Amino acid sequence: MILSGHLLSVVIFFPAFGALALLCLRGDDELWIRRLALVVSIVEFLFSLLLIRAVPIGVAGYPLEEFSHWIKSPEINYHLGVDGISLFLVILTTFLTPICVLASWHGVHHRLKEFHVMLLLLEVGVVGVFLSLDLFVFFLFWEVMLIPMAFLIGIWGHDRRIYAAVKFVLYTMSGSILMLVGIIWLYNATGSFDLPTIQKMLHDGQLVLSERTEMILFLAFFVAFAIKVPLFPLHTWLPDAHVEAPTAGSIILAGVLLKMGTYGMIRFCLPLFPDASHRAARYVAALAIIGIIYGALVAMVQPNLKKLVAYSSVSHLGFVVLGIFAFQNISMQGAVYQMLAHGISTGGLFLLVGMLYDRRHTFEITEYGGLSTPMPRLAAFFCFVALSSLGLPMLNGFVGEYLILLGTYQIHWTWAAWAATGVILSACYLLWSYQRVFFGEITHEKNRQLTDVSSREQWMLVTLAVVILWMGIGSPYFTRRFATPCEAVLQQMNRNFMREAATPNVPPLVVPGNTSNNSAERLASR
Amino acid sequence: MSLNEQMLRDILRVLPELLWCGFGVLLMLAQPFVKARKALTFIAMVGAALGTLSTFFGIFGSGFGGLIQFDTFSIFLHWLVGLVTFLVILASESYLERENLDAAEFYALILFATAGMGVLASAQELLTAFIGLEMSSISSYVLAGYRRDSAKASESAMKYFLLGSFATAFFLYGIALVYGASGSTNLAQLAEADAHSSLLRLGLTLILVGLGFKVAAAPFQIWTPDVYEGAPTPVTALFSAGPKAATFALLLRIFSTIHAATEFWFWAFWILAALTMFVGNLGAMVQSNVKRMLAYSSIAHAGYTLVAFAAVTAVRSDPESVSGAYAAVLFYLASYALVSVGSFTVVSELGGRGERYLTFEDYAGLATRQPFAAAVLSLFLLSLLGLPITAGFFGKLYIFTAAVKSKLLWLAILMAINSIIGAYYYLRLIVMMYMQEYKGTAPADTAAGLSPTAAMVVTVAAIITLYLGLAPNHVLNVVLSNNLILSAR
Repeated sequence: MILSGHLLSVVIFFPAFGALALLCLRGDDELWIRRLALVVSIVEFLFSLLLIRAVPIGVAGYPLEEFSHWIKSPEINYHLGVDGISLFLVILTTFLTPICVLASWHGVHHRLKEFHVMLLLLEVGVVGVFLSLDLFVFFLFWEVMLIPMAFLIGIWGHDRRIYAAVKFVLYTMSGSILMLVGIIWLYNATGSFDLPTIQKMLHDGQLVLSERTEMILFLAFFVAFAIKVPLFPLHTWLPDAHVEAPTAGSIILAGVLLKMGTYGMIRFCLPLFPDASHRAARYVAALAIIGIIYGALVAMVQPNLKKLVAYSSVSHLGFVVLGIFAFQNISMQGAVYQMLAHGISTGGLFLLVGMLYDRRHTFEITEYGGLSTPMPRLAAFFCFVALSSLGLPMLNGFVGEYLILLGTYQIHWTWAAWAATGVILSACYLLWSYQRVFFGEITHEKNRQLTDVSSREQWMLVTLAVVILWMGIGSPYFTRRFATPCEAVLQQMNRNFMREAATPNVPPLVVPGNTSNNSAERLASR
Repeated sequence: MSLNEQMLRDILRVLPELLWCGFGVLLMLAQPFVKARKALTFIAMVGAALGTLSTFFGIFGSGFGGLIQFDTFSIFLHWLVGLVTFLVILASESYLERENLDAAEFYALILFATAGMGVLASAQELLTAFIGLEMSSISSYVLAGYRRDSAKASESAMKYFLLGSFATAFFLYGIALVYGASGSTNLAQLAEADAHSSLLRLGLTLILVGLGFKVAAAPFQIWTPDVYEGAPTPVTALFSAGPKAATFALLLRIFSTIHAATEFWFWAFWILAALTMFVGNLGAMVQSNVKRMLAYSSIAHAGYTLVAFAAVTAVRSDPESVSGAYAAVLFYLASYALVSVGSFTVVSELGGRGERYLTFEDYAGLATRQPFAAAVLSLFLLSLLGLPITAGFFGKLYIFTAAVKSKLLWLAILMAINSIIGAYYYLRLIVMMYMQEYKGTAPADTAAGLSPTAAMVVTVAAIITLYLGLAPNHVLNVVLSNNLILSAR
């Protein structure tokens, strides 16, 4: 196939060409702008599906890579690669973008062309982040993606949009600029920005970091990622950004942007700084658990429906971080799975909340009540997505949370016990808010005349529901593909860790081998 | 080699300066006869371009018995200064038309100032550098007050003149002390002088003070916001790009020649850099006038450049990282100069007659009124902010790299903090343009959009900004091939 040599570049830059094509359209030609954006994003989705074939099951490393020289000094290479972990995150991104276009079909009219251009450019940045193997190129996409997101919040958001947009940018930038210093430090020590090269140097012992330097570098990267995740106590930008963003912005923000942080931890923090990761693990886990419980408790008392979903993200992403920093294959797989599941479920919740907003122009829970009478189908979909978010077995949220708890339990049962309360709490806040919004008497006259889902909305929701169900039942399809890369990350870590920490008082780490691998699949397919 | 041949070579080495001065004189002579402003602009632009291109005829080596040095370094700066002048002249036409100002003198003064900057860029001897500094400064004083009927412009010129004279006095006194300590004002001979002599150190400190004033390094920056605000905006564009680049070049040449890698110079530049960054950024944060904000931001950028100087003088740095730091300075100067010319040109066009519309509120909703102006100004602001795929990003990256290589981790972190402060006020303007509604009375004379000449200038600046941000290789090769290290050792 003619594309195969540059498939990764195509997947990254196709939306950019789509954005260019959009610019050629007339600004008031609303229908064709929407159609073109939809076609571009769907074609992009199909392109990304081609990647599945390129990633064989059970192979560590990057089956599909692209490499060319870009800048001579400092030596920066355009190095892309995909493996089982990034594969599905890319597909998640390309899957959610057409949903975003459809979600704003009637909601957005103001400067429509720019809106879709920004959406597509955002897609370029996010996919680029997931596919970069050169630290520098990674940083570049990481920064570039900020601007379209800030514009999406700042121009098409709600009342306090400017505050939220500026807060979002400043928060993220303060993290990433420290990461830049870290990246340059690494370059200075190794003479390369290339992630596999640096990993090899670490592995061969060509690059030896002192304990203190490694910790500082780890923190430089980790803080940037933790802000993005967001990990408690760095989460305060998130409720503002989510609540003020337009529906499409919230979907992308919750669906994929947050995952860039956890992806960065798996891809960069753990393999590059294994020793520091181990030393920091207990503190990170503590913050993650605080985030799980705190996020859930705050979500419970939110009078604002969108803020409730936003805080639920803090809680769910806490699980992901916990799963990563338990250093177990099962929990790591669970973390990746939870990233995907959260993207679909929370994306779906934001979509549904956006539909309610389109009809009533408010997010206040007290303004609703008894909605299942005028809009039974929307109520049913909401119920389904909420159940998937709270982790009902057979639906996607369950698999991730279960694997994370299982993996974590094997080494620190207290962590798992504390985290498990989050599952209970998430049932509380989701079901309680569902009850207040959809059941009971209709208290506001306006709510009687609300129209149920249109066919456009129904198609989006059905698609999401199918994916949710499929991910709940057919999880091995996914886990098989990222089990080996997860294992590879852990092996890299442990090999480095064991070599460095040869002191007797450190217990040797149990390397989960094929047994746990299989049990993960067995569990996941239950 | 016959005497005539020697003479010819020397003249070819200063051909750019001769051409710039020559065209300046020509403009003054042509003024009584040529009334059309367009024709005068054309002559001035031809002069600027010819002067720049004439560097092709120069022959490497030192001329006039070691007074000037013609090398890659000086060619690069001649090109930079020439390009800035060319763009500023093109951008001034509509400004002069709008403000109804005389064109010939204006262009002549700009060309004289440019010639001065050229001398600064290739000076190999301190008194020659002084002449270049004075040529560019005196023209600048007049240019700053060119709007004679504006009180602000007169204040600006007066302030610039008084404080600038002080600074040149410092510079001259420094030269005298250096001469006393080493018996020479030639940089090549200065290299052999004892670097630890306290008289030499005192002299160089005074020189640093004088030049620090010209590049607006804190604590010698007090004049900058007022002068930048009062001067005609195209002149502000010139100030922030040309003289700054040329003065930094001289500073670089002086400190690459003497044995500067000592604790004393290291800490001098360290403190200067940290102070300048913070003063510039914190000052810019509280501004409500866009021109003043850009003025403070230019102070901040001088601070970033000084970080690379600290890397040059760091005691522990190796030759490779020193040459990297030189390259970082040159690349940064180039990227900043173009972005600065571009953004001040937009500000100049949007200011309206008498430069009335300069506050942040006047920029509200610009994206709907003038999409092109808002888009390019955003690009320039993002480059100042140092976001990827713009020139500013690589400029900052190279300075970061130089600082980290010289083990200046703390200075790099301070620079990172400052970049975030910078993000706040640059974003504030972008937010104004894209996310706020315009509330004031629509300025009738600015609604038309950029004039064609100004649009050309900002397009060129925007293209170069993106080009340096996507493919910095070519320019980087040039700046890396600077021969400062060779001439120093």
